[in-house]
Amino acid sequence: MNRRTFLTWAATGVASAAVAPSSAWPGVSRRVPDDPYGCLVDLTRCVGCRKCEQACNTVNNLPAPSVPFDDMLVFDSQRRPTPQSFTVVNRYHTGKVDDRNRLVPTYVKVQCMHCQDPACVSACIVGALTKRDNGAVHYDESKCIGCRYCMIACPFQIPQYEYNDPITPRVRKCTFCFERISQPGGVPGCAAICPVEAITFGKRNVLLALAAQRIEAEPARYIPHIYGASEVGGTSWLYISGEPFEKLGFLTLPHRPIPQTTESIQHGIFAYFWAPLTLYGLLGAIMYGTHRRQKQEQQTSEDKGDGP
Amino acid sequence: MSERHRAAPLAVPLWTPGVLVLVALMIPGFVFVVARFVGGLGAVTNLSQTSPWGIWVAIDVATGVALAAGGFTTAALAHVFGRQAYETITRPALLTAMLGYTFVPIALMIDIGRYWAIWHPIIYWQGNSVLFEVAMCVVIYTNVLYIEFLPIVAERYKHGVRLPGPLSVLNGVLEKFLQVADRTLDRVMWVFILAGVVLSCMHQSGLGSLMLIAPTKLHALWYTPILPLLFLISAVAVGFPMVIFENVLASASLPIEDETPVLSQLSRYTFLFIGIYGVLKIGDLLVRGTYRFLFEASAQSFSFLVEIVVGVFLPFVLLGMPTVRRSRRGLFISACLIIAGVVLNRLNVFLVGYRSPYAVVGYWPSIGELAVTTALTAAIVFLYRVLVTYLPVLPPRIPSHGTSLGVTHSVPGRAES
Repeated sequence: MNRRTFLTWAATGVASAAVAPSSAWPGVSRRVPDDPYGCLVDLTRCVGCRKCEQACNTVNNLPAPSVPFDDMLVFDSQRRPTPQSFTVVNRYHTGKVDDRNRLVPTYVKVQCMHCQDPACVSACIVGALTKRDNGAVHYDESKCIGCRYCMIACPFQIPQYEYNDPITPRVRKCTFCFERISQPGGVPGCAAICPVEAITFGKRNVLLALAAQRIEAEPARYIPHIYGASEVGGTSWLYISGEPFEKLGFLTLPHRPIPQTTESIQHGIFAYFWAPLTLYGLLGAIMYGTHRRQKQEQQTSEDKGDGP
Repeated sequence: MSERHRAAPLAVPLWTPGVLVLVALMIPGFVFVVARFVGGLGAVTNLSQTSPWGIWVAIDVATGVALAAGGFTTAALAHVFGRQAYETITRPALLTAMLGYTFVPIALMIDIGRYWAIWHPIIYWQGNSVLFEVAMCVVIYTNVLYIEFLPIVAERYKHGVRLPGPLSVLNGVLEKFLQVADRTLDRVMWVFILAGVVLSCMHQSGLGSLMLIAPTKLHALWYTPILPLLFLISAVAVGFPMVIFENVLASASLPIEDETPVLSQLSRYTFLFIGIYGVLKIGDLLVRGTYRFLFEASAQSFSFLVEIVVGVFLPFVLLGMPTVRRSRRGLFISACLIIAGVVLNRLNVFLVGYRSPYAVVGYWPSIGELAVTTALTAAIVFLYRVLVTYLPVLPPRIPSHGTSLGVTHSVPGRAES
């Protein structure tokens, strides 16, 4: 990394993410993968063809959608991922016009962000959700009990639930094509199919550098922010854009990992069970004291001959 | 403990009109539970992708656990701190706690999607999860409560287990078990009493930590790092009001001893804890600067103000007055306010204050959810009534004309008459 690239990184707020967030929190046993994969989505390139949605549907054996993938009328309303569709593309008009005074649309692909330090993984009561070394936040339905705490925890509101399945409802979300990227040379379905190279798959560190390079090379085309570089401590999916992210349905989120508060409280209180054991000992001592005193009082009153 | 205050089975008929009403309240809930297991959560609840938790979590689990706090607070007062004057109220409080905790897994079985996997946390440990910590504590504490309750069963049945029909083959074994339990438990009970208090402190505060995983979703009026402490203190504060609430209600329909003097004494502790809670709540608003949200005229700000004024200020002022503390009605009203405040607080933290991004529909409980919650509550009250009828939990009232205690102490078989 040369000096100029580094400066761009600093300007885009990446520096804060480059420092491993866990190191600042002693006692918090957090393992963020060192060299995970990621995807860089360049919103200035996306043309809204919905090929990524279609590929996702095929790769994950999802049911056919009610509206076909070549029907562009779906853009008239904002959509969110559902239990049957792990990714959706939405269209935004931010007010930017082209040289013929027509509104320029911006298309935004939505899916699980695969956080570096995911709130859902920290929340999951049975460890059905795990952050894998390759970057994927992986869901194991054989462990899941269906408590839906992951849905409470996710800051991006991604996990979807099969409410109408009475026996084996699942949490559904983008898998990062876990099986595919576990193979050598494997690429997620959406990234593989994208005809305009709006989605780039690769090592997250490489993608961060690539994003910074693109922003630096064409400052007029991009706003100086890599979304996902440091949001909630960093995500495996990264976005660069020509429009401010808050105008494109992106949430403004804190830059510290979501699980830090609960985990530092929990691990602080329960490290070596010192707090419960101390409380137990203290109450035990009080109990012993009161009972001995009562016995003595009973003894004295019996000695005086006015016992019960 | 004086003879006057001895707990005994109550010689009263079980199937009164009130009890029949309880049974009637259970029936629609049962129908909706069947519907839920046939059609899934979506068939019965108003849960959505942006409102994954409804009243089955907020009321049946989170609030239920808080309202069962009378068990550990009275146990601590009477057994750990040796205030023997409160011995009489430990048994009903213990019973309420036991029933409250028994219904937590029942409510969870209905709420979680894969109910048949409810035992998974016992083998798939996930120590970073607050929910895991809460679940483990609740599982262990529920068993501790059963052990604490066992001597009451032994006291009643150790010399006469008479199960009907084919179950009678178990009579000998059960009787032996109760006799052994009666002999041994007394010596080791301190282990369980202390464990009960410690486990309660752990998971009552843990329930408060649950929503700390959602800093961007829980409204700033409630999202505070001291949420676990607030949950713990409010659980301690609501413990004795629950005892007061139950005792007043029970004495309205059952021939039991008037405990107003004991309850008056208890209310002094509540006055202290509700005061500490109020100071923490206000201090938190000031320190975090969230008082500016108080008058934003949203559902959240309104709900927060009601929670604070009705559930904290009003009972604090009332209990500060000696005349209120001495009067049965004053105690009951103050207790109701504190209980309502804690219920509203739990609802606020889990439902009202939870604002999901991208939500297109808000959450409001469906008829089915309300029916099931009503049924579970009615079932707890029904079981309370059944158990105090047949087991020595409450001290029966001594008739003013007679001197014989035997009149109100039922003998086996009497209760059904």
